[in-house]
Amino acid sequence: MTAPLRIGFIPLVDAAALIVAVDKGFAAAEGLEVELVREVSWSNVRDKLNIGLFDAAHLLAPVAIASSLGLGHVKVPIAAPLNLGINGNAITVSPALHAALMEEIDGDRFDPLATAKALAKVVAKRRKVGADPLTFGMTFPFSTHNYQLRFWMAAAGVDPDEDVRLVVLPPPYMVDSLANGHVDAFCVGAPWNSVAVDLGIGHILHFVSDILARAAEKVLAVRQVWADKHPDVVAALVRAAVKAAEFIEQPANLAEAAQLLAQPERIGVDAEVILRSLTGRLKISPDGAVRESGRYLLVGREGAGRPDPVQAAWLYAQMVRWGQTALSPEALGTAMAVFRSDVYDAALGRAGDGQASTPFSAFAGPAFDPKDVGGYLASFEVGRL
Amino acid sequence: MSAEQSPKIVIVDESPVRAAILEEGLREAGFTQIVHIREMQSLLARIYAVDPDIILIDLENPSRDVLEAMFQVSRAVKRPIAMFVDQSDSSSIQASVEAGVSAYIVDGLKKERIKPILDLCVSRFNAFAKLQEELERTKSQLEDRKIIEKAKGILMKVKGLTEDEAYVLLRSTAMREKKKIGEIAQSIITASEMLK
Repeated sequence: MTAPLRIGFIPLVDAAALIVAVDKGFAAAEGLEVELVREVSWSNVRDKLNIGLFDAAHLLAPVAIASSLGLGHVKVPIAAPLNLGINGNAITVSPALHAALMEEIDGDRFDPLATAKALAKVVAKRRKVGADPLTFGMTFPFSTHNYQLRFWMAAAGVDPDEDVRLVVLPPPYMVDSLANGHVDAFCVGAPWNSVAVDLGIGHILHFVSDILARAAEKVLAVRQVWADKHPDVVAALVRAAVKAAEFIEQPANLAEAAQLLAQPERIGVDAEVILRSLTGRLKISPDGAVRESGRYLLVGREGAGRPDPVQAAWLYAQMVRWGQTALSPEALGTAMAVFRSDVYDAALGRAGDGQASTPFSAFAGPAFDPKDVGGYLASFEVGRL
Repeated sequence: MSAEQSPKIVIVDESPVRAAILEEGLREAGFTQIVHIREMQSLLARIYAVDPDIILIDLENPSRDVLEAMFQVSRAVKRPIAMFVDQSDSSSIQASVEAGVSAYIVDGLKKERIKPILDLCVSRFNAFAKLQEELERTKSQLEDRKIIEKAKGILMKVKGLTEDEAYVLLRSTAMREKKKIGEIAQSIITASEMLK
């Protein structure tokens, strides 16, 4: 049907729909010949997509928006016709920080407001004795990890730019950095949280679903000009990935999906570790305690695949809140238009109007309203407005 | 080119051989201030200390994302100007990305001045890739030869063939199965070990 497609991905569990679409034959069934190219950094994925070395990519949702707005790099309009994952990250802390937090906590340790307040106390104590600020690792300036950490700590008045250090670390270096004390905590996707717990050097403090009910994590990204030229290919790709997501979400197929993802040229880690994030059953501390959540990572269920412009608006609002860009109605419109629910609906032959946005909810702060981003942001005490 | 005019260039590359090839080329072209950073743990501290005009980084290096963050925290680096030179010069950008090199202009250096540096890096990266490829080929040829010798020995012993006959059998089987002789030889060795 077409020339072979080159699609870039980062070895993470939320590339599942894309990997399974190719390796289980859903892409071929749509007449697509896809070569998946494993990449080492988000900058690479973005740049190779932007200059046309990739036709499509597994991309951080905020990077798709930043690229369309020309933030942090050159401006290349991106279309995201499919969500590859909702949630999927976790916050892991060192045993020392975990102990310090548990000493200060007043309330449920799975309540992010309680842990954030405990963090504020730990930060204040360290300042008093002149200790270095706590350092948190995350994966990219335009990443949900960055915004999730900031949202959480700021809810208790911790200023992420003044009271702690936030540093970018490539995911494969997270665990080492925690082990050797370069960071005290990190927020990252699977499998790195589990790797730290298995090594006995980290405690999973929160699943990000504790902080935000639904956060658009990775998208399938294509250049807007490319999408305009190849609408049929885009539709076929969306269908293939949606079928793969449906396959993965069947409990009976989880083990097979984990095996496919575990292959050395795909994610290249143990299938058992991948299975933990697919099932949402994670060992959270070195003593073997397990926590289970049906919302740890949504690949396709609960409408996860359909890109929701309200999610894009929320991510844009975070960029404004933390000083990455200024608030403008035009930019907000551009950001929302990146998430192409219309293309998704058309590809699947569904009428879009019946599918309303899921209300955006977080553990703290006012309800998010894309029609009043300024008012929403003004209600937060901590921010860079 | 005087020392003051020569831009300060940092090369971030985990491969010492390639970094040396790059550095040599840059020096031949008259660039005098070149620093190679290999270890990733102290990447940022070292870059602050050097305060470069240009950072050249290998695209296979995951620390590219760390550099990206650095460019957004402008208190860390003075004036991040551009990455990948200029959007209009897309063929030059494409060539450098395909070769595996990425460039960051840090401090107000005129973009025209990076073009020859990038061109030079692209040809040097390609030269390195060729070198690697040749090395790999020689290595696998040597390896193949050893395996083929061993498989010939097995065939001679089990089937009572001469050395030439054993080789002809290996070659014709490889052709029929559309595989490399080395692969066929390897499967004979594996099979014979299993049947021991």
